[in-house]
Amino acid sequence: MTSFSKTAGLAVAASMWSAAPALAQTIDEQVNQIFANSTGWFVNLIFSPFPGTSFPWIVMWLVVAATVFSIYFGFVQFRTFGHAIRLVRGDYSDPDDAGEVSHFQALATALSGTVGLGNIAGVAVAVGIGGPGATFWMILAGLLGMASKFTECTLGVKYRNEFADGHVSGGPMYYMTKGFAERGLPGGKILAVMFSIFCILGALGGGNMFQANQAHAQITNVVGEYPGWITGIVFAGIVFAVIVGGLKSIAKVTEKVVPFMGVLYVLTAIVILLLNADKIGWAFGQIFAGAFTGLGVAGGMVGALIQGFKRAAFSNEAGVGSAAIAHSAVRTKEPITEGFVSLLEPFIDTVVICTMTALVIIITGQLMVDPETGLYMVTEGGMIQTVDGNSGVALTSAAFSSSFGWFQYILALAVILFAFSTMISWSYYGLKAWTYLFGEGETKELVFKVIFCIFVVIGAAASLGPVIDFSDAAIFAMAVVNIFALYFLMPIVKGELTSYLDRLQSGKIKKYT
Amino acid sequence: MASKIVVGFDGSDSSRRAVDFAIKIAKARGKTLVIAHVLEWSPYSFLTPNELEERHQRRNEELQRAETALLNPLVEELSDSGVEITTVLKYGHIAETLVKIARDQEATHVVIGRTGHSLLESRLFGSVAGSLAQASPAPVTIVP
Repeated sequence: MTSFSKTAGLAVAASMWSAAPALAQTIDEQVNQIFANSTGWFVNLIFSPFPGTSFPWIVMWLVVAATVFSIYFGFVQFRTFGHAIRLVRGDYSDPDDAGEVSHFQALATALSGTVGLGNIAGVAVAVGIGGPGATFWMILAGLLGMASKFTECTLGVKYRNEFADGHVSGGPMYYMTKGFAERGLPGGKILAVMFSIFCILGALGGGNMFQANQAHAQITNVVGEYPGWITGIVFAGIVFAVIVGGLKSIAKVTEKVVPFMGVLYVLTAIVILLLNADKIGWAFGQIFAGAFTGLGVAGGMVGALIQGFKRAAFSNEAGVGSAAIAHSAVRTKEPITEGFVSLLEPFIDTVVICTMTALVIIITGQLMVDPETGLYMVTEGGMIQTVDGNSGVALTSAAFSSSFGWFQYILALAVILFAFSTMISWSYYGLKAWTYLFGEGETKELVFKVIFCIFVVIGAAASLGPVIDFSDAAIFAMAVVNIFALYFLMPIVKGELTSYLDRLQSGKIKKYT
Repeated sequence: MASKIVVGFDGSDSSRRAVDFAIKIAKARGKTLVIAHVLEWSPYSFLTPNELEERHQRRNEELQRAETALLNPLVEELSDSGVEITTVLKYGHIAETLVKIARDQEATHVVIGRTGHSLLESRLFGSVAGSLAQASPAPVTIVP
């Protein structure tokens, strides 16, 4: 999803400074300065490492939560994986409910919000710094994250608001208020307000500015340098047409093309792996060896572990709470069924797509090994030396293009489309938080949507490093509040799980097909 | 109980002719008529988050519209035909859903209008009439 590298963002920023007019430059600098001064403490707080280590506590917070949920629910992600697939196939859907939101549709929409830059660029950063071993920890974090998604999405459906006219609104802010009230706990409202504020900031930043910024970077990679505000205006215009003008056709095209791109990406990766079939065993050897020894990367085994965990969390958003908003519209009498379906999301996002990216980078030999020691060659900046000196999107692009030259254009298109679909999804998450705070109403909603579009232009035009850092921090602040609430509400999910599995076993819950 | 004829109706001219044809047979053979309207729908289509949120509301509106704009006026118009008429309104793949309706109603005859696609279009995308004829539990009449 959101950030993959502060350095990459800054590099883009630097290139834009030179293109921007002098006046804009000073304004940007001022905005940067003011923003950095007033928000730096917040960014530092969220991303601060444990004392004496380089391990950010927020990553630990997400991984510990995922582990707790996995154990508490008896590794629900493995026990009900098959059932989740049958639910998505519609085996348990009442045919008379046809025309309502299906499990498949809820999952597909949630996925198009999470599959994106994290899968393409984030993974490249992870193996570029942490080496092949980072892949192992990334997969592990993805598997554990499935339990976090399961917990938040079950609650999202259970405590959503259903309005008289039939539309629904759901998400962490609703389970925080309603769930806490139901359990007789205080503070639900405060958590919900905090979550909503972070969600709006995260939506404008990581879900918007960062995406616009990286889409522009991709376009300039292909067609050459030009001012970012042009991309910004075009993107903002399209986003405006979709979210304000209700122009369904563009959204429909994106929603169809994005899954297609995702499948094409994975298929191409598989073909590349098959072409290099003789090296697959070696690649997995590198992944396992690297996971426990580091194979010479900066920080050794711990370095690999941090990178893997971090990128998995950044990519699949498990525990952040955004998925609980996306999944809450499904039509089902059993909220927990959407929990089962949602646990497929980190699996597809991280365990399948991210792993493919990592394997292609490793197998195509992008990372340089010292032939004498068998260890990876590390530059002074702590990055592993790559064949062409690439990192981020460029590294993924180089890896894929080494087998198929044309793939870099497909990848550029994919990045732009993924960025766009992520923006559409986050505009919705932000809006839900906005309406939670200010109430539903067309004018109120329009205000947020216009603000959102303005931030598209800002994001693409001037890469304000501190603003992006802040927005990423806001997204992870969502996870702090959300996971805190999940710990208090997980007994409710446990009750639902036990009851549902009992009824499934006894045959009370029947298949329709 | 009189046996039933299921007729697919989508508001088009050819489907209207199919209804007239079905009425004629029903009268002549003392059958009752089931007018079926299927709203095309796939549970595997892709929707935006906003569409997901409004889906339940839209579905109610679509059902309402089909009822008031299509089915009710038709039933009204046919009320003096002397044939007993019921209606069915469902979401789904058109041919599959018509087959299911025919099966549920234990129909002895299915009548539909022709969509009038070119041969090429039908080759490429399949046709409702073609799939229905292959899968229907009862004889199918396609009215031009």
